[in-house]
Amino acid sequence: MPIKTESFYLNVGPQHPSTHGVFRLRLSLDGEVVTDVEPIVGYLHRGIEKLAETRTYTQIIPLTDRLDYLASMTDNVAYCVAVEKLAGIKVPERAEYIRIIFSELMRISSHMMAVGFYLNDCGAFFTPVLYMWREREKIIDLFDMVCGQRLLYNYMRVGGVSQDLPDEFMPALKKFVDEMPRYIGEYNQLIKQNEIFLARSKGVGILPRETAINIGASGPVLRASGVKWDLRKMDPYSLYDRFDFDICTGEVGDCYDRYWVRMQEMTQSLRIIEQAMKQMPDKGPVCADVPQFFRPPAGEAYGYIEAPKGNLGFYIVSDGSIAPYRLHIFPPTLINITALRDMVIGWKVADLIIIFGSMDVVLGEIDR
Amino acid sequence: MTLLDQFQLILKSQNWPDWAVYLVPALVGIIIIISVVLTVVIVYIWWERRLISRFQIRLGPNRCGPEGIFQPIATAVKILLKEDIVPEKADKLIHFIAPITVFVPILLIFAVVPFGEGAILADLNVGIVYVIAISSISVIGIFMAAWASGNKYSFISGMRSIAQMVSYEIPVVLSIVGIALVVGSFSMLKIVEAQNIPFILLQPLGFLIFFLGSLAEMNRSPFDLLEADSEIVAGYHIEYSGMKFAMFYLGEYGVALAYAGIITTLFLSGWQGPLLPPVIWFLIKVMMVFSVIVWIRSTLPRFRVDQLTAFAWKFMLPLAVINLVLIAIEVLVIPANLQWTMVLINFGFAAVLILLWSKLFTLGGGRVEV
Amino acid sequence: MKFERYGIGIAKGLALTLKHLFRAPITVQYPDEKLNVSRRTRGNELVWFPDKCTGCGTCTKACLQGNIILVTHRGEENKFIVDKFELDSGRCIFCGLCVESCPYNALAMGVDYECAKYRRGDAVLGKEKLSLSEKHKPSAYYRPQFAAELPEQSLLLYNRKEGGQKLSIFPLSKRKRGPHA
Repeated sequence: MPIKTESFYLNVGPQHPSTHGVFRLRLSLDGEVVTDVEPIVGYLHRGIEKLAETRTYTQIIPLTDRLDYLASMTDNVAYCVAVEKLAGIKVPERAEYIRIIFSELMRISSHMMAVGFYLNDCGAFFTPVLYMWREREKIIDLFDMVCGQRLLYNYMRVGGVSQDLPDEFMPALKKFVDEMPRYIGEYNQLIKQNEIFLARSKGVGILPRETAINIGASGPVLRASGVKWDLRKMDPYSLYDRFDFDICTGEVGDCYDRYWVRMQEMTQSLRIIEQAMKQMPDKGPVCADVPQFFRPPAGEAYGYIEAPKGNLGFYIVSDGSIAPYRLHIFPPTLINITALRDMVIGWKVADLIIIFGSMDVVLGEIDR
Repeated sequence: MTLLDQFQLILKSQNWPDWAVYLVPALVGIIIIISVVLTVVIVYIWWERRLISRFQIRLGPNRCGPEGIFQPIATAVKILLKEDIVPEKADKLIHFIAPITVFVPILLIFAVVPFGEGAILADLNVGIVYVIAISSISVIGIFMAAWASGNKYSFISGMRSIAQMVSYEIPVVLSIVGIALVVGSFSMLKIVEAQNIPFILLQPLGFLIFFLGSLAEMNRSPFDLLEADSEIVAGYHIEYSGMKFAMFYLGEYGVALAYAGIITTLFLSGWQGPLLPPVIWFLIKVMMVFSVIVWIRSTLPRFRVDQLTAFAWKFMLPLAVINLVLIAIEVLVIPANLQWTMVLINFGFAAVLILLWSKLFTLGGGRVEV
Repeated sequence: MKFERYGIGIAKGLALTLKHLFRAPITVQYPDEKLNVSRRTRGNELVWFPDKCTGCGTCTKACLQGNIILVTHRGEENKFIVDKFELDSGRCIFCGLCVESCPYNALAMGVDYECAKYRRGDAVLGKEKLSLSEKHKPSAYYRPQFAAELPEQSLLLYNRKEGGQKLSIFPLSKRKRGPHA
């Protein structure tokens, strides 16, 4: 006699410890196996794009802090790059180096949070997170020293950065760069060869190369699928063509590759910071002469950078007034999670959580 | 002769009535055991929070009393004062019974745990079998809680609990049989007395299997799928609050204490030890076992449910059977005064078997076509 | 997936956590131990210098919350006299744009960060509360002239690894922090 069965519907989120914010997944399950998933976004929508239309170009910078709150610095940079493109402003060399150092520090910090919480989703009870938090705290201390706050930096300005570095910054950064490789070694010792971790993440949630390209994924998610694509190398904005670093790629695009690409990128970021510290001019202006209330010429511009989570773009339409006519944000994570459905179907609930965790999702950026 | 029997003899010599001779010592023993257990559980909670925070370079609770020792009491008071919420869709009766069903069997286990020489409530001749039988009842309680809550997360947790318990019971029992073969008895007292060489040296493989199995039985990391906080939030006790939640919480640590006690009794030669009094030795060993459990929890990620069962059936079960056969042959062949040769042989076999099985063993599982 | 490494990976991880058991904790027990904030901290509550303020209103325009209320009237020699300078620190996001925009150095961010209030009304700060006082000090954010007066920032990078901390498994609750504490 056939047993009458029906699907089991489960809401994961909006309040759930592993959705990294307020994100909702409507699952239909067969036992523990996910048969369908529908991501529902929009719980953290604050209308930043609309708010920006009534703010001046400088006043929008604090708003961009609130996009990807784990990587505010790169959000600032992306916005400023877009406005500079729009207004044709040339950034002083020292400011470019400061931007690069800060973007790479931000990348290390963001990747550390991503990997730490991914491991937490795997079930390692907060230990990796707290170890990584320790090093992130050091980075945040450096940011705090320079721009006065720990998370919402508001440091980049159109045409450069807001203030020059204090005297005690460079020795502290040097110390950080010197001791960081040892800690990265410790993270690898903690979890990289752990059999349970490998069993959980190897071969799980594979994003094939073709799918990754088709959906337009970017950042570590794309590189883990074996695509050698990094805007810092492919379309060097700022001064990234002066640095020597590798693009880290994975092989199959599973959760382990996404984890491992991030761990390797931390080392590459440290390499960039070391070179930038050597090349950086000691003195010089840190900001082009841009007034706080300035009117760029009418027109439009699309500025994009390689943020920690992928290709972050700002599209700005100006009508020549003090505020932009339209601001559009192109967030990498929103594009990346469109692949979620293909990746999780057929896996179990526990895998769904770690696949979602390995995407490194920050809801502030998705919902805007 | 246990302390309880001596107490009975004293009462008998004082010409107490027959019913009192049996009732009074039993009641006194039960009260002592329960109060000791609850006190140790509270110390346990503090110790785990403190130790795991030190593994994670944090400080842990340190405000309430010296070094934060009264923090679990403060937590308990807070939990007791909370409103007892029963979900509307819950099966009210079963929702009420479930915490008791989980908690009571765990207390019952302590009846046969020897805290010292003769300090045992009931020296059953089937002591260890009694432990296995009683501890399985909690699973029913967990499933009742999961089902009666009417919550989908707890429902998944209940399903996982059944799969986990059914899988891990068998290797655990098989590794105990190895000990029973050497000792020739199921009695906890006899098992301790037989350990001139601790059985962890005599049966390393059996210890490993029993330890991993008991981690799974007490829902500890890396087998904590029932309450996987990053996946199914809190699992079976997601809909519980107030006193009922406290029962689950105490039960969770109580079962950890019980299993630490049983591991100490079976493999670490129980209360035996030089200089210090037996009870202190017992508690030190229990604390050490528990610290190892906390250490493991602070390091390892969690298994997936299919990997969990695969690990039980494909890795632990065959090794447990082989271990049992080996021990049986050794008990027949090797005379009792040459027991130390078993140490060498068994360590050799354990290493070879683990290496061999690591090569052969595949977790399997993975993506299911839907 | 095979157990090819015989559990060596697990053993390595366990060794690392055991090593961390003997490292000093990095927790800061906040009300008892206070770290020095950054010299450029954008703490709560602005510091306003009435003698420098000309009432030009640049800060009110720079504020993206529209949060600064400035009321002036014409005094002698046609100068502005400030009647009311008020901001609601409950709505302020402490971005520092007003300080950055002030052409006369009449505004600075405060260093204080313990500014919780019981009523919303208390969060509205007028001229007196914003003026310089013993407890109400300016930070060096955009005002490098104040930097020398402020203590050095305590960095996790320096003072919490080697310096000053007793290494014990359970360090006492009320212990002294490193040189910057």
